[in-house]
Amino acid sequence: MYSRELLMGIWRTIARIRKFEMRCVKLYRKGKIRGYLHSYVGEEAIAAGACAALAHDDYIVSTHRGHGHCIAKGAEIKYMMAEICGKKDGYCKGFGGSMHIADVTRGNLGANGIVGGGIPLGIGAGMSAKVRGSGQVTVIFFSDGASNNGVFAESLNLAAIWNLPVIFLLENNHYAVSTPIEQSSRSADLYKRAEGYMVSGEAVDGNDPLAVYAAVTRAADRCRRGQGPVLIEAKTYRFGGHHVNDAGAYMSREKLEHYQSRDPLKIARGYLREQETCSEEELDRIEAEIEAEIDAAVEFAEHSPEMTPEEFEHELKSYNLGA
Amino acid sequence: MKEKMFREALNEAIREEMRRDATVIMLGEGIAERGGSYMVTKGLLEEFGAGRVMDTPIAEASFTGLGVGAAITGLRPVVEILFVDFTLLILDQIMNQAAKYRFMTGGRGRVPMVLRTQGGSGNGLAAQHSQSLEALFYHIPGLKVIAPSTPADAKGLLKSAIRDDDPVIFLEHKLLYQTKGPVPDDDDFTIKLGRGDIKRPGRDITIVAWSRMAQLALAAAETLSREGIDAEVVDPRTLVPLDKKLIFASAGKTGKCLIVQEAVRRGGVASDIASLIQENAFPLLKAPVRILAGRNTPIPYNITLEKSCVPQEEDIVKMARDMCNHGLQRQSAVRDSESTMQREVLNVT
Repeated sequence: MYSRELLMGIWRTIARIRKFEMRCVKLYRKGKIRGYLHSYVGEEAIAAGACAALAHDDYIVSTHRGHGHCIAKGAEIKYMMAEICGKKDGYCKGFGGSMHIADVTRGNLGANGIVGGGIPLGIGAGMSAKVRGSGQVTVIFFSDGASNNGVFAESLNLAAIWNLPVIFLLENNHYAVSTPIEQSSRSADLYKRAEGYMVSGEAVDGNDPLAVYAAVTRAADRCRRGQGPVLIEAKTYRFGGHHVNDAGAYMSREKLEHYQSRDPLKIARGYLREQETCSEEELDRIEAEIEAEIDAAVEFAEHSPEMTPEEFEHELKSYNLGA
Repeated sequence: MKEKMFREALNEAIREEMRRDATVIMLGEGIAERGGSYMVTKGLLEEFGAGRVMDTPIAEASFTGLGVGAAITGLRPVVEILFVDFTLLILDQIMNQAAKYRFMTGGRGRVPMVLRTQGGSGNGLAAQHSQSLEALFYHIPGLKVIAPSTPADAKGLLKSAIRDDDPVIFLEHKLLYQTKGPVPDDDDFTIKLGRGDIKRPGRDITIVAWSRMAQLALAAAETLSREGIDAEVVDPRTLVPLDKKLIFASAGKTGKCLIVQEAVRRGGVASDIASLIQENAFPLLKAPVRILAGRNTPIPYNITLEKSCVPQEEDIVKMARDMCNHGLQRQSAVRDSESTMQREVLNVT
């Protein structure tokens, strides 16, 4: 039996991510956001469930599809929105944008523009926690696409030989950009790769936040007992294309309908409704609060200045880039 | 000061920094049990244990990235890549991750990590174990690049690199490990990154060279002095940050500058230094800046051919001699206007 507080927290996180992403798409269409925007819509249960199982000072490593991880780890959405809009008050002063948001103070070591590029960083955080004896756990979010990159195999093996407190959380959304996993792997059950490295591996329903929460809780316990790493494959599906300008025409309609019928937002709300202490009105009211929070974040981002080239020049000097 | 070998100086630097700071760890292939292919890390496992000195599998990209992640989260890793040629397996982790992390996070994240690696030709190791690849790292904003030529510099610079809060690429030449020189015993002996060194003062020509080429340049300067040519040898020691002031001042003083690099000529660091000199010290030059560099070819295995592909001591002597003789005609014409211009140039940073 899960506490009301936990269920409420998870649902709230999913709702915040969903609304944040929907708003970002709108802003993108209006030209307020540039570059690439990879929406996490449909996959929110993974970040929300996983981060609910972590302590404040545990680490996560994120991906190009990283807004959800960032919000779930406790980032302030006004600074996220400002960053995505390229403004000075953003998490990275407008230098990083959507693909590079990091919030080191909350243990989010950052999104990454290179598929798979963050995996070695994550085992490094694990090594650091081990050497310092801090008891911190690291969750590496990565994708089915990244699972075919060499650093996944290397890093899983390194984490295994050194028993690192690292959870490899594979978000299997079935597509590497447009290439289906069935074309890239003999088995679409990617968690089975753990066995070859003598690592504990399991698959969970990635659209069910409590299934993810339970798996990550178990894995984090193992890690803290010195029995890491763990590989968890969360099966999920994007509700759209690879990024905002990709309609996803290649995606399977049948699968999309299946996963949409298992919308993580509805599932999380359902868990709360099962607890009779939560009324529809209360949840609607909280949703309205989240909308207002996002309105305020957009307002903040729009009013935040851009860094001028002169300020940028000054900033660069302080970075000691050897220029 | 005691005479020590280059590899002993490096060992001391790591050992002292590991004693001084418990967050310093070492990772690499065969560095712990075996003590490293060139014995640089000998005895560290015994002193600091397997928790801080780790032999890695042959998984360069991931154990380098592990160093980056550990650096972001509170350690100061020293990662060894056995040959600079193998750094080509780790470029994403170095160039996309380590180099850009501080910048991409708006200055909130830091990567205090050192990547030690070894390069250069001369041991008959052929095309995939003999390269000089400093230009790759020099090219990427966010990396510091060090290439020492003496045991003392190796020690002082490695200690500074480990204490530095940014990613540093530390390039060692395989033929220097056994060379000897005086090394200060002081635990706090460090050399500030970005400070070059005049290895030999001279009046007639400036020879800029780093790593093993600085040693060849010094030997060449002795030969030249017997012919009456007084060469100044400037070793920048760190390529990023580069001690431009020192280089411009020397080139401005002698009016002639030869840059020697072992790496292939095309797209090299020497070309960049040459362009900086001519943009900043042109009025003081009596001759075109020249470059002596490796040929644009992979390194051949055969020893005669290997030597023919990289600058040798006699090549430096010959080119410096040519420059000095050729420049005689122009010298008197330029000398009059020299003093005012010299002052202007020396103010350039």
